[in-house]
Amino acid sequence: MAQMLKIDDIAVSYGNIEALHGISMEVEAGGIVSLIGANGAGKSTLLKAIVGQVPLTRGSITFEGSPICVPRHSKKEGGKALPTHDIAKLGIALVPEGRHVFADMTVEENLDMGAFLVKDPAVIERKKEEMYDFFPILGARRKQKTRSLSGGEQQMMAIARALMSSPKLLLLDEPGLGLAPLIVQDIFHKIRLINEEDGVTVFLVEQNARMALRNSTVGYVMETGNIVLSDASEALLVNERVKKAYLGE
Amino acid sequence: MLNFFQLIIIYAGIYALMAIGQNCITGYTGMLSLCHAGFFCIGSYVTAILCKTFGLSFWLTIPVAAIAAGFVGFLIGVPTLRLKGDYLCIATLGLGEIIRNIATNLNPVGYQAIPRASLFGYEFSARGKWQFIALVWVFVLVFYFLFQRLAHSRIGRALNAVREDEIAAQSNGINVTKYKIGSFTLGAAVGGVAGCFMAAYTATVNPGTFTFMVSVMVLCMVVLGGMGNGKGVILGAFIIQFISYFPQLFGLSSIIPAQAQQIIYGLILVVMMIWRPQGLLGRDKFRYGIEKRRLAIPHKGARKEGGRA
Repeated sequence: MAQMLKIDDIAVSYGNIEALHGISMEVEAGGIVSLIGANGAGKSTLLKAIVGQVPLTRGSITFEGSPICVPRHSKKEGGKALPTHDIAKLGIALVPEGRHVFADMTVEENLDMGAFLVKDPAVIERKKEEMYDFFPILGARRKQKTRSLSGGEQQMMAIARALMSSPKLLLLDEPGLGLAPLIVQDIFHKIRLINEEDGVTVFLVEQNARMALRNSTVGYVMETGNIVLSDASEALLVNERVKKAYLGE
Repeated sequence: MLNFFQLIIIYAGIYALMAIGQNCITGYTGMLSLCHAGFFCIGSYVTAILCKTFGLSFWLTIPVAAIAAGFVGFLIGVPTLRLKGDYLCIATLGLGEIIRNIATNLNPVGYQAIPRASLFGYEFSARGKWQFIALVWVFVLVFYFLFQRLAHSRIGRALNAVREDEIAAQSNGINVTKYKIGSFTLGAAVGGVAGCFMAAYTATVNPGTFTFMVSVMVLCMVVLGGMGNGKGVILGAFIIQFISYFPQLFGLSSIIPAQAQQIIYGLILVVMMIWRPQGLLGRDKFRYGIEKRRLAIPHKGARKEGGRA
């Protein structure tokens, strides 16, 4: 399988504190890759680095063979750090942690915003219909302000909004955060469908290790800014260290 | 009395233009800026200097003033628009004062006897109030419709998204910096146009007119009428202008001092924030036009596993 996203030895600092100390990862096209880890391990920072919201101090990130993120003042890397909106144009869609919905817009307007880069109204209309089919609750609530939706509905809307631009790579930051177990199951089921039916490559970051590993092909484990383990997800599910630290067995 | 009402309508028109510009910055994009008096000042000075020193026609000074104010807005915007909320507010407040101080140093007494605007041989003098009302309000309407179009376009949609959530806007491919600076530049340019009319109507400009209170007053108009509502800010301009001239209008200026205005502006801001933060008319409902050209698309059958709702 073709390599879609390559993260090569990246470091990210907030002021004097280094949050990521040389992370290397690969996301292959067509798979679901999960990244698990505790609070403050640097998972969200990694996603922010991929979409260009935090600058790198070292290393590089390559998407489909061309560099998208390099340290700000490096010339020899032969690339330029792209701003977030340009990275979005390449086909990387982020569902940010805490959802970041446009609360005062209706569900439909939120989906319109997700299709900001799509210029053809017929395509936008078709994508919206697809989303309403895929998430029927959004169809029922299309004229409602997003503020009035439940947490699970907002999460589905945030995913639908990200899918409106027909991305190649979908980045999900804690899709199960603060949701009831049944809703989490439902959302992970949808994520699998998105991957299997639409062929969207998924990279998800999650604290709910069991859920994330059960629903992914490859898993990475992050601890305090380092990748400590990586393997096929099934293998990680039976790994002693993972079982002890993350699965509570 | 009628004379006085006409005067209020003229000033309301000039300030309505200012409020339309401020609305673009604060209402659409959500940036709290307090330097509209500065752009107003630039517009007035451009008209004053070009008309008086270079003998240009008033009409030609309008685009020049818009470009000059817009350009200064752009220059100010590039470094300051990284700031948010109250920080941006303080930075722009300072910049508004800088512009006024430059004007004071340029010429402390300002410019007098600025040539009037004329159209087909007719001169818009201070006496022909109805004519001047028509002149100003034609421009107010033109800008109202232009900004209404803008708000309901793809650009307006992007500004709305930037105001609601910058991170989400970026993730959807919106160049947040570009739209913020663009909206600031545009708002500043309209402030400059308002300045032209001020210079043309009073035939005199002096730096004392463009104080910080003018910026507060314009912000007050936007908050009072409804942020992000074109009709609202024009209504706000009317109400605030009426309140400003209320003592003179009813012969109470000996009882109510002029400084009372400032108390009233402050009171309006506080009262509105508590009881009606959305303004008198509230935010304009956004309709992006996609609805209207709804295309007949055959309904695709539900995908397998519709999902629990």
